[in-house]
Amino acid sequence: MKHDALHILLADDDDDDRLFFKDAIDEVKVKTIVTMVNDGVELMDYLNNSDTRLPHLVFLDLNMPRKSGMECLKEIRSNSKLKDLAIAIYSTSGMDKDIEETFVKGANIYIKKPNDFEVLKNILAKVITLNWHYHTSGLNRENFLLNIQ
Amino acid sequence: MDKLQLPYTITGLGEIEIKETVTPEKYTELETNLNKYAIEIIDDPKNVFTQKVKDAIVEMVYMEEALATIKTSAYLAKKLNKSYTYIAGIFSEVTYTSIQNYIILQKIERAKQEIIEGKDTLTEIAWKLNFSNVAHLSNEFKRNTGLTPTAFQRIIKKRKETEFTPQQ
Repeated sequence: MKHDALHILLADDDDDDRLFFKDAIDEVKVKTIVTMVNDGVELMDYLNNSDTRLPHLVFLDLNMPRKSGMECLKEIRSNSKLKDLAIAIYSTSGMDKDIEETFVKGANIYIKKPNDFEVLKNILAKVITLNWHYHTSGLNRENFLLNIQ
Repeated sequence: MDKLQLPYTITGLGEIEIKETVTPEKYTELETNLNKYAIEIIDDPKNVFTQKVKDAIVEMVYMEEALATIKTSAYLAKKLNKSYTYIAGIFSEVTYTSIQNYIILQKIERAKQEIIEGKDTLTEIAWKLNFSNVAHLSNEFKRNTGLTPTAFQRIIKKRKETEFTPQQ
């Protein structure tokens, strides 16, 4: 935990949500580097660019223009170069059916966007800490599933 | 190690002692070479110790005998030859989490593997991992993952099914 920073990438088209997220992440104890993109096309460009270092953890909004979160999820999971990427779906939807579908399609984490800042902080702390454990303890990422409502 | 002409002895699992002072240049070279094999060097004494605590916990959680007979604090104190207070202190300083939380994390991991393997019933898994009953296991599982063991099993099964769908 005291080693390198955790590199996080957020894909969300909403300015306010992005700012909210960044403020909450900044208050989490673990050292993080946060990159943000505005939509699915930018996200895939970033991930497919061999010059940039891959993030450890991607937060993916489902409802984005140009390319949806679901489409990105499918593309990421069918790309062998991106297989170690941990994916957290970050969405306003809370329907069980949608949630299970994202897990089946390969998401590791599902977070229903909270309205409360303190709640978001706690959620992010939990997600980041758990992801760090997977990263540092050699746990099986395929079994990494976390659903936060 | 031989290429860098560093004399060493192997002192334990994943542990070596280098018998001379290593220059910064040789250290960097060693680290770069090991990284090619996805091997990371842990050299901060607290990090080294924390890794030993984690290894001891994993060993404890994956034991064949039921965990009921083992008292965690006594087990770790004996295994690492330090007081439990000391162990717990370093562990939470380095990992930002408690030993108890880490133990539960590892128990849930083992539960996941057992569920996927499908050889044991949930009752048997609950017993192996020292949960009072299936409800207790399900509650801890859900508390930690947000999913019930059955939902987890369903998702993993569906994932495997979609992986082998032939291309149209």
